[in-house]
Amino acid sequence: MLNKIPTWRKVLLYAALILICAVTLLPLVWMLSASLKLDKDVFRIPIEWIPSDPAWSNYQRIWEQVPMLRFTFNTFKVTIITTIIQVFTCSFAAYGFAKCQFKGRNLLFLLYVATIAVPWQVYMLPQYTMMNNVFHMVDTHAVLILLHSFDAFGVFLLRQFCMGIPNELLEAARIDGLSEYGIYRRIVLPQMGPSIATLVIFTFVSNWNDFMGPMIYLNSTELKTVQLGIRMFMGQYSTEYGLIMAASVVSLIPVIIVFLIFQKQFVQGIATSGLKG
Amino acid sequence: MAVKEKTGREAPPAPKGGGMTLRRRRTLVGLSFITPNFVGFFVLNLIPILFALLLCFNKWDGFNPMEFVGLDNFKYIFTHKVFQQAVVKTVIFTAFSVVITMLLSLGLAVLINQKLKGIGIFRTAIFFPYVASVVAVAAVWQMLFQKDMGLINEILRALGVADPPGWFASTKWALPAVIVVNIWKNMGYYMIIYLAALQDIPTSLVEAGMIDGANAWQRFWRIKWPLLRNATFFVAMMLTINSFKSFDLIYALTEGGPGTATTLLSQYIYNQSFVSWDYGRASAAAMVLFAIVAVITLFQFRLEKKFSE
Repeated sequence: MLNKIPTWRKVLLYAALILICAVTLLPLVWMLSASLKLDKDVFRIPIEWIPSDPAWSNYQRIWEQVPMLRFTFNTFKVTIITTIIQVFTCSFAAYGFAKCQFKGRNLLFLLYVATIAVPWQVYMLPQYTMMNNVFHMVDTHAVLILLHSFDAFGVFLLRQFCMGIPNELLEAARIDGLSEYGIYRRIVLPQMGPSIATLVIFTFVSNWNDFMGPMIYLNSTELKTVQLGIRMFMGQYSTEYGLIMAASVVSLIPVIIVFLIFQKQFVQGIATSGLKG
Repeated sequence: MAVKEKTGREAPPAPKGGGMTLRRRRTLVGLSFITPNFVGFFVLNLIPILFALLLCFNKWDGFNPMEFVGLDNFKYIFTHKVFQQAVVKTVIFTAFSVVITMLLSLGLAVLINQKLKGIGIFRTAIFFPYVASVVAVAAVWQMLFQKDMGLINEILRALGVADPPGWFASTKWALPAVIVVNIWKNMGYYMIIYLAALQDIPTSLVEAGMIDGANAWQRFWRIKWPLLRNATFFVAMMLTINSFKSFDLIYALTEGGPGTATTLLSQYIYNQSFVSWDYGRASAAAMVLFAIVAVITLFQFRLEKKFSE
């Protein structure tokens, strides 16, 4: 009965949705279009949305003018290592918080949750000072990896999922003689699959897009990430609009791919961490 | 891999014949699960937070010896005009961002929550700006908001606005432009939260409304809206906190300028930190930001409790 939407309403709905999406995506479509134009044509009116003579050379030149390939490699390196550490330590801690009974557990967890509420700006400077004066790690990739690998949010997210695993299942395994570590590896980890996928995507996207971390910590050109690379581009070739847009498009591609493949998990993750949190 | 190592090292064979009680063993096992993450969390988050608490009562530039100054840092920032303006601008930015984003995301969620073919494509399209990088997004919006040639001013001129503003280059219009981009980037995220809440509403309730002859408008306000209360609280809280903390996007768009036109609280903290290298004042300003965020969180939790009773 609910499935029956009258045709006229359907048409109206589609029209509204198409209009909204057109407005929402307009900046990105404009970006794509401009990335295939020569600088002099970027702002020409009326807009030629599909360039008749696409300047593919923009996509060639971005790799030549700044070391974009190097930046891309750096970003992949930092993002992948962070994601791996994040997944292991967070899923481990999540199991501890969700299913192990011990004194002080709730207090420790409260500490994690409270930290999520503390804005990064509060400790960004002390963190920098510590990295600089104590660990002498400024201007390395290791510092970016460390900075993002122990995110309290990841523990929180996985714990929420972990809570849903029935205790009877774990009890049965204990009776069968599995140790807690065995239970984690053989039972809990496989069950956490979807939630780990969510965490992977969140970590990947936020690390790939991270801008302030690299900006504060990295000085050497050869260490920079894609986001800093585009900023560098904008500083050095501020009027080469076509090139800046081409570099921006390239920087979005990995996120688009990951997002399109895993969007179901992404949406589920937001819904779960959001509403039941 | 890390797990195996951990497993091998941390799982001692159960001590036969006493020594360790079951309870103590459980505690150790539990802690062993948490430790790898906790060490990182403790060193990288907790210590810096405690250090910030200490710094806000001291004068320090990072090199010379620290000097205890009591509340001087707070006195300084509270009388600093740029700080006062930053607070006011942050409140304006937050108020507009929260109200408009909430209305739009709710509207979008209702629209998307239809059984139509291909609805997933629309959802993806609206959500995408949220995962796009701030740097790329800022680059394109700067061009769209360009004064003489930008698309937005072309449209405004076509609509009859004789002299459209310079947006990011104008002290008066930079903040509104930043708010627009902020809303555009985040509305998809909150739409998803509302959408999840809408889909949690049992269809039987809505069907009952239909049988009783309620029209779509009444069904929304009488049946769905009250059930969306939790989602609305959550969205309002997250939006408020995130708007207060807002930093990357504004920095990428304007770096707080022109002048101090878009220097919000976060940008002020950044400037005190990495431009002036005044650790004390930076931390004092950061504590103000933290206090505001904490008060809002507590207030909203209180309110939520009161309403759900």
